[in-house]
Amino acid sequence: MRTGLYKAPQRQGTYTGGLIMQTLNPGDTATVRRIVSELKGRPGPLLEVLHAVQGALGCVPAAAVPLVADGLNISRAEVHGVVTFYHFFRESPAGKHTISLCQAEACQSQGAEALAIHARRRLGIDFHATTPDGRFTLEPIYCLGNCACSPAAMIDGRLHGRLTPESFDALIAEQVKRP
Amino acid sequence: MTVRVYVPGDAGATSVGADETARAITREAARRGTQIELVRNGSRGAYWLEPLVEVTTAAGRIAYGPVTAADVPELFAADFLKGGKHPLSLGPPDRIPWLAGQQRLTFERVGIVDPASVADYVQHGGYQGLSRALSMTGAQVVQAITTSGLRGRGGAAFPTGIKWKTVLDQNSAQKYVTCNADEGDSGTFSDRMLMEGDPFTLIEGMTIAGLAVGATQGYIYLRAEYPHAHRALKTAIAAAAQAHYLGADVAGSGRRFDLEVRLGAGAYICGEETSMLESLEGKRGEVRVRPPLPAIKGLFGQPTIVNNVVTLASVPWIMAHGAEAYANFGVGKSRGTLPIQLAGNIKRGGLVERAFGLTLRELLYDYGGGSASGRPIRAVQVGGPLGAYVPPSQFDTVVDYEALSAVGALLGHGGIVVFDDTVDMARMARYAMEFCAIESCGKCTPCRIGSTRGVEVIDRILAGTDGERNVQLLEELCDTMVQGSLCGLGGMAPFPVQSALKHFREDFRARTRQ
Repeated sequence: MRTGLYKAPQRQGTYTGGLIMQTLNPGDTATVRRIVSELKGRPGPLLEVLHAVQGALGCVPAAAVPLVADGLNISRAEVHGVVTFYHFFRESPAGKHTISLCQAEACQSQGAEALAIHARRRLGIDFHATTPDGRFTLEPIYCLGNCACSPAAMIDGRLHGRLTPESFDALIAEQVKRP
Repeated sequence: MTVRVYVPGDAGATSVGADETARAITREAARRGTQIELVRNGSRGAYWLEPLVEVTTAAGRIAYGPVTAADVPELFAADFLKGGKHPLSLGPPDRIPWLAGQQRLTFERVGIVDPASVADYVQHGGYQGLSRALSMTGAQVVQAITTSGLRGRGGAAFPTGIKWKTVLDQNSAQKYVTCNADEGDSGTFSDRMLMEGDPFTLIEGMTIAGLAVGATQGYIYLRAEYPHAHRALKTAIAAAAQAHYLGADVAGSGRRFDLEVRLGAGAYICGEETSMLESLEGKRGEVRVRPPLPAIKGLFGQPTIVNNVVTLASVPWIMAHGAEAYANFGVGKSRGTLPIQLAGNIKRGGLVERAFGLTLRELLYDYGGGSASGRPIRAVQVGGPLGAYVPPSQFDTVVDYEALSAVGALLGHGGIVVFDDTVDMARMARYAMEFCAIESCGKCTPCRIGSTRGVEVIDRILAGTDGERNVQLLEELCDTMVQGSLCGLGGMAPFPVQSALKHFREDFRARTRQ
């Protein structure tokens, strides 16, 4: 009965006696510093900073956490706590295209489970995983607000409705064709 | 004369091909050398007809739908720009029976106006509510909202006027108006439709709230799953500021109100108001213990209004037409109208705004036309993932706060998800617990641990291990979660489970593994 929706805990970097040894390259370090200094004057800026970091780097790498903490004058634990609390923030980059398949009730009533089985088979990966060629990441999502046109999915921020296995395959083929 | 053509830019409409249809219309018009003005309006909410294309003719708007890109050359051939006859023609959109019978107050402009244009908004009656409010004292505005009987449309149904009065009565240099746009309930999309289709109504509602209680800053907390609504809001806020409806001198009143959108990051719990405030402050979205109420000590410790999108978007209509006019709609203690969302396995799904008082049966069969699959409807979930499953024997229940509560259900944000007779209710119960486990903020034990244990107990029942004893254990667990959780997530996640046990007990039996 396992549906594979739980996110397996992931650890990045090398665990060396309590410290995760990781650094960002100089370009990314400068990017994170610039984002923090631009946003730190705003009220309650941490989420905004993390959104901007993920927008620029594709994820919030563990090595960015101390930079953000330092820039906002809060503890690393606080930053880490926020990054890991929210499903949206990733600690490693996604594939070229992110496919979020809705698994909530309205989509279930229209065959979302069968569609998820089909999608996993078609891409050869489970939820929370990326295809070996780095092209697709598959994520479950809980409601895209398209409940009158279910089942729904979002691909790179674009909403798709009334999906069938056939139309899902057509969407995948369309992404593959893109440069 | 240039013909104006409307093709919804609403994410639901584009999810079924509205962008492709719009491109095809532009291309075909260019090929024929015909001048058209393409407007990307919101959706009227008749999603079963999307993409719904409209043209302005001498006789008013004429609708065609659903129009795929492939239909476009044929429509041009049928002279649809002049309202020509075609099998897809639906006539004037406001005479489509599904729409004609509705009472659109909050959604009066959605699907009609250009959501990026202040001028269009004003031309369709926008900012009349603000203008009225500016001629009144804050206390009078708050009194009007109280008189209207408006209750929180996010789900808790708390009287809006009382909340505003509490904020008004606080002595504080800084107060806030926050809009909860973290519409995470499956089966609901009214907030999204409004923000995409008529964002100025929300902006006006928040402005009225801010000026009434003395708040100078507003925040819209928007879920990250709605990038399309984010774009629509940012465009509209910039346009409103440009036209001096936001900023240092709102509509020439000399008073300030600023507005900003903040994005969530995919946490269902942030739809809970105190968790939303934590998240707005840039923290983990863990719920706060109440009291103090957010109205007294809310965002950054200051008095704060927290209202849902539809609640705030109902304010301009109330102010423009009068509190009594609004209160004249509805039944009992449920005054005004409710945008109900028909979702899931339903033939004619979409948004139905009507005065409180319709029965579930009317909604499901008269509006919805029964299930999309054509099979009998076995259950509907009302009020999102924390709402109860309602069996057909209760379909004559009136859809209002009190009547649903009397049968052990809840109205929530007004979403109704339909399931046909192929649904496995034990699996739906398991999903309710699983969802709670995934989305629990972790602060209190009944929710954090209880939901995980709930999944395990249901798995044991389905595996045939000590069935009866485990069903009893599940009932006790539900009871513990309901009684002991800090907020509505753990406190209500058992509702779908309990209702499934009560009405669909036969599904809780051992089954062979698939």
